[in-house]
Amino acid sequence: MTETPVLEVNGVGVALSGRTILHDVTFEIAAGEFVGLIGSNGAGKTTLLRVILGLQPTTAGTVRFGGVRPGRGAGVIGYVPQKVALDPDLPLRARDVVALGLDGQKLGIPLPSARRRALVDELLSSVGASDFADARVGQLSGGQQQRVLIAHALISQPRLLLLDEPLANLDIRSEQEIVELLARVGRERGVAVLLSAHDLNPLLPVMDRIVYLADGRAAAGTTDEIVQSSVLTGLYGRRVDVLRIDGRVLVVAGPNDAHGHDE
Amino acid sequence: MSVFFASGLVQLALLVGTLVAAVAALVGVFTVLRRQSFAGHALADLGAVGGSAAFLLGIPQLVGFVGAGILAAGVMEVVGIKRVQGRDVATGIVFGLGLGLTALFLYLDTQHAGTSNAAISVLFGSLFAIDAGVVPLVAALSVVVCLIVVVFYRWFLLESLSQDLAAVRHIPVRLTGILFLVALALAVELSALTIGAVLSTALLIAPAAAALRLTRRVGFAILIAIGIGVGSTWLGILISFESYGWLGGAHSWPVSFCIVIVAFAAYLLSGIAVPVRARRSRVAHVL
Ligand SMILES: Nc1ncnc2c1ncn2[C@@H]1O[C@H](COP(=O)(O)OP(=O)(O)O)[C@@H](O)[C@H]1O
Ligand SMILES: [Mg+2]
Repeated sequence: MTETPVLEVNGVGVALSGRTILHDVTFEIAAGEFVGLIGSNGAGKTTLLRVILGLQPTTAGTVRFGGVRPGRGAGVIGYVPQKVALDPDLPLRARDVVALGLDGQKLGIPLPSARRRALVDELLSSVGASDFADARVGQLSGGQQQRVLIAHALISQPRLLLLDEPLANLDIRSEQEIVELLARVGRERGVAVLLSAHDLNPLLPVMDRIVYLADGRAAAGTTDEIVQSSVLTGLYGRRVDVLRIDGRVLVVAGPNDAHGHDE
Repeated sequence: MSVFFASGLVQLALLVGTLVAAVAALVGVFTVLRRQSFAGHALADLGAVGGSAAFLLGIPQLVGFVGAGILAAGVMEVVGIKRVQGRDVATGIVFGLGLGLTALFLYLDTQHAGTSNAAISVLFGSLFAIDAGVVPLVAALSVVVCLIVVVFYRWFLLESLSQDLAAVRHIPVRLTGILFLVALALAVELSALTIGAVLSTALLIAPAAAALRLTRRVGFAILIAIGIGVGSTWLGILISFESYGWLGGAHSWPVSFCIVIVAFAAYLLSGIAVPVRARRSRVAHVL
């Protein structure tokens, strides 16, 4: 297909307090694709997502959406931040948080509307959050909160959904459920998903492509293309071995380096 | 009772007290949501500098409070609300300076301006001694605060959920913070007029904190908070009015004390109500 990509990141560089955080990062995401943004702690995943969102100034490069430069007209990108500290006493129900995703930028107090309510209900049900729609959002479990935040991000019908480490702090079962949920809503709604994680294994079954970040530099391609000893050795600038065990992948520092990279 | 409502002093106190309590409760809900009650305290302390200087300058006390409050809000915005919240050393020193200046101005008030009740009025309010001429200003400021909250309602909510989520929706996060600080400063300084700089945050926080325990919905929380704030004010005024001579001698209990103690009681009662609600919903789950 010759369709324009949903997202084009071209030669992006970022420096913070004089330190290079990202260097010449280039990749594309096609409509409806599921892409994993993989890298260990401090690799620059959050920084890169914030660049895409327009929240982080760059020193070089461009970001384009559907062929256009970002601006207020470019529409909202769905976003689930890395840490949303939800106070247990916050007087917001799950459905209020989802509704804020629909029209939180508007002025005035929202009037009750059947259309708005129906849309919120539809989103809550599509992420499997109907059962706790009326609970205080701060009192939900981590996995339940992720579902609510995903519904919040999806309700404005974005073409691209960015999630920053949505699997961190989840138990293995919720981790799997969230990955399956994201793959399903991405397919059903035609939303491209870019998800950051420090472990690529939970994503292997659903990931179309991978963007691997190490020391601020990126390699992008299919999982098989990128997760290879030669590619990652080039990225890290030191020997890295890729071990495959029962369909799982382990990335470890080579024998000439005492420190493993994955914690 | 009939004497109570017939008194012009009481009518004016009820009018101003109601407006101020409603505004404080409304802003209080968002103050608790945004965890900015410390900023409210700061604005009360620094507003007192203006309130006490007002006597020396010959301007209305409310104008002094509001002027200093808005100035302090501006400084807090420039310095960074996060750092003020962080309660670092600089913040503490500035507060100390503010209270020191207030003490100086109150001293000068009694020495030169001949207003021996200035200290009481600045620190503990003057609900029964309000100049009727200040009512239009109170009403205008109340309208300004309500407009800010109503117009930017969803910005405040989304921003208290997550600054990043707000920024992604192109909400100007810094402007939102400034607008809230202005609303907060006005609400605190209005309360300072009625119940004094020392107690003003009680009218801001107690009704809101009680309401937030009782409901899962922001809209309801605002209505309940306003109910508690206004109810405390009315009951406090009534108790103060009726308490004349209770402890012997020709004294009433201070009205600001009466209002604050009722609001505090409402907060304690809300804590009792919460376990009852939780128990009820647990039962409902079992059934
Ligand atoms: N404000 C800042 N100033 C300097 N360095 C920063 C700043 N914010 C983040 N960094 C550094 O940028 C690097 C990338 O951070 P981040 O994007 O959060 O990584 P990740 O999300 O992959 O863990 C880290 O080494 C971090 O220490
Ligand atoms: Mg991160």
